Amino acid sequence: MFDDKRTETAPGEPLLRVRNLRKHFPVGGGPFRRPPVAVKAIDDISFEIAQGEVVGLVGESGSGKTTVGRTILRLTEPTSGQILFDGQDVAALTPRQMRAQRKRMQIVFQDPDASLNPRETIRQAIGRALRIHRIGTGADREDRIVALLEQVGLSGDYIDRYPYEFSGGQRQRIGIARALAVEPEFIVADEPVSALDVSVQAQVINLMDDLTQRLNLTMLFIAHDLAVVEHISDRVIVMYLGKIMEIAPSQTLYDAPRHPYTRALMSAVPRPDPTIKRQRTLLQGDIPSPINPPSGCVFRSRCPSAGPECASIIPPLEQVGPGHYSACVKNRQFG
Amino acid sequence: MRPDQGPDQATETEPATLLEVRGLTTCFKTGFDGREINAIEEVSFSVAPGETLAIVGESGSGKSVTSLSVMGLLPPQTGRIAAGSIRFRGRELTTLDNTAMRGLRGNMMSMIFQEPMTSFNPVYTIGHQIAEVIVLHQKLGYRLALRKAVEMLELVGIPEARRRVDNFPHQMSGGMRQRAMIAMALSCEPDLLIADEPTTALDVTIQAQVLELLKDLQARMGMAMIFITHDLGVVAEVADRVCVMYAGQIVETAPVNDIFAAPRMPYTAALLGSMPRLGAGRDRLVPIPGHVPPLSRLPKGCRFRGRCSFARPECAAGEPTLDRIEPGHDVRCFRVGEPDLLQRSAS
Repeated sequence: MFDDKRTETAPGEPLLRVRNLRKHFPVGGGPFRRPPVAVKAIDDISFEIAQGEVVGLVGESGSGKTTVGRTILRLTEPTSGQILFDGQDVAALTPRQMRAQRKRMQIVFQDPDASLNPRETIRQAIGRALRIHRIGTGADREDRIVALLEQVGLSGDYIDRYPYEFSGGQRQRIGIARALAVEPEFIVADEPVSALDVSVQAQVINLMDDLTQRLNLTMLFIAHDLAVVEHISDRVIVMYLGKIMEIAPSQTLYDAPRHPYTRALMSAVPRPDPTIKRQRTLLQGDIPSPINPPSGCVFRSRCPSAGPECASIIPPLEQVGPGHYSACVKNRQFG
Repeated sequence: MRPDQGPDQATETEPATLLEVRGLTTCFKTGFDGREINAIEEVSFSVAPGETLAIVGESGSGKSVTSLSVMGLLPPQTGRIAAGSIRFRGRELTTLDNTAMRGLRGNMMSMIFQEPMTSFNPVYTIGHQIAEVIVLHQKLGYRLALRKAVEMLELVGIPEARRRVDNFPHQMSGGMRQRAMIAMALSCEPDLLIADEPTTALDVTIQAQVLELLKDLQARMGMAMIFITHDLGVVAEVADRVCVMYAGQIVETAPVNDIFAAPRMPYTAALLGSMPRLGAGRDRLVPIPGHVPPLSRLPKGCRFRGRCSFARPECAAGEPTLDRIEPGHDVRCFRVGEPDLLQRSAS
C-alpha cells in the first residue's frame, strides 16, 4: 500500500528546485605554471525533488554526483545557479542563516569510519547535533538519543559506546541516527551503503526505505550502483561528466531507457544469473578527464550512436515521456 | 568454456587437476599477546586446467587469505600455513622455500589485485616493470623483453601501446592500469591466474570491459583462473564453478548454474536473496540479520547459525562438515538432508 503512494510521480510542490547549478574547481596555476583551468564538476544542471520523494542520483567516477549533494548543503560553495529549498535560495544564505537551514537539511556520508569521531561516544556525537541546534535539554536529550538509536534498529543501551565497538553496518545506522537527530525534512545520502557487505547493505537499504516513509522524508540518494538506486528511488537522475543525461521514474528507466549512456550503463551491470547470455553494449575507452571533456555532447567520445552533429551541439534535456527527460540530439530517433 | 562435468571428474580422478588444495588452515598472530587465530580453516578445493573457479564471500570470509596462501604471499611475520596441502601440478607448495616459490610465481601462476595503483611501483615506467618480470622469468634480454611488453599491452587492448609503454602508473586511468596489471601477470603465460577482486575499484562500464578481456584472454591462452569477489553478479558472468566462503570456511561448492538456481546452504540462498536486482522494482530486500562474526569470537557449532533462519538447537552442538550431496556439489549444513528446505521457504 505504501508502494502505491510512492510510485506516483512528483505530487505537489517541489521541496527542492535546483536551477542551472554549476560548480567549477580551479586546477593548476601557481607562479611558474600555466594559468589555472576549471574542472566543470557540475555544468549547468537543473532538477526538482518533490516533497516526500526519493530521487536517486547515479553516475560513474567524475560524473559530479557527490559534488551535487555537497553543493546542495553548501558543504561546497556553488559557482553559480540557484538551489531553492522550500522557495528560499540556499545559495544566497549567509553562513549564520545556513547553519539554521541545516536543521532542515542533513547528509549521511559513505564512510561512517571517517565521519564519526573515534574518541566520541554515541551520546557525545549525537548530543552535539542536539546542542548546536538547541533541541531539548539534559535528561530530555538522553531520551531523544535513545529513541533515535531505537529508530535505526540499535539498542538504547549502546549510548555510551564508541564507534569502534560497532560493526560497519551499525556505524552506518549511527550516521543515519545523527542525521535524523535534528528532525530534518530533507536528507542527502551520499553512497550510504557502498562500503557495506551485501547482506548488511540490504538491512540499511530497508531501514532507509522505512524511515523515509515513516518520517515523510525527502531524499537525494547518491550511488554508483544502479540496482541499489533503482530499488530505493521513485525517480532516477543519471549523470555523466558533470551533466544530466537522463531523468526518469525508476521503473521507466529500467523498462525503457532512452539515453545511449543509460542503456550502456544498464547493460554493463553484472546480473546474478549465469544462464543469461546477453548482447552487451560494451562502451569503448575510458571516461574522459573532466579537465578536458569532449565538445558538444560530453558522452559522444564513447557513444555507440554518436554522429558528427554531436560534436557541435550541447544537447538539452528534453521531455520524451511523462516525467521522462533525456539529453541526446537523437532523442527522436530513439523513441 | 568447460563442460560442467569436467571439474567433477577432475576431483574424482586426480590427473586432470592443476591445483589441489586440501585441508588448508592459515593462521595469523593478533594483538599484543601474539595469540594465533585461524583466518581460514580446512579449506579444500581444486582447479582444473582452463577452468574458472570463483571464490565468493563477504569481508572476513577468508577469500583473500586463501589466495595469498596459495601464492605463498602471506606476510612472513604474522601469517603462516598451519595445516593442509597445496599441490600444483602434483608438486607440494607448502614445503617449498622462497626461492623455489619465486620460480613458480609469474611463470606458472600469477596474481592480479584490486588496486593496481598500489601494485605498481610509482617510480618506474609500466613497460620497465613488465619487462623486468619477463627478464626474470623467461631469461630474455631487456630489449626483447621490452618489445614483448609492448605486445602484451596490445594484447590487453591498451591503445597506442608503443607510447603507453613509457607511461608511469599515475599517467594511466584506473581501467588502463588494471589492463597493464593483467598484461604483467600474463606476460609469462601462467597456467593459473589468481584475480583478487580485480574489478571492484573500477566503474561499472570499465568493469564490463575488463571482465570481457579476462574471459577472452583465458579462452585464448587456455589458462585456469581463480576469481575472488564479493559480487555475485560478477560470479555469474565469469565462473564455471563457485566456492562460497563464510567466516573462514567453505560452506558450499557447486557448478555455477547450481549455485544460482539451486543453492543448498542457507547462507548462499540468503546472500542471493539480499542482493538488489536491476528491474526488481521496489520489492523489499530480504537482508541477513546481524553481521559476520569476528574470527576471534566465533559461535560454537555452525558459524552461520546466529543469522540463519533455519537454525535449530542442534546446530550449536557440533561443527557441520562439508559433505558431498551430489556429484560436484558440497554443502556444509546439518539440515542439508532435508532437500526441500530452501524451496519451501522461497514459496
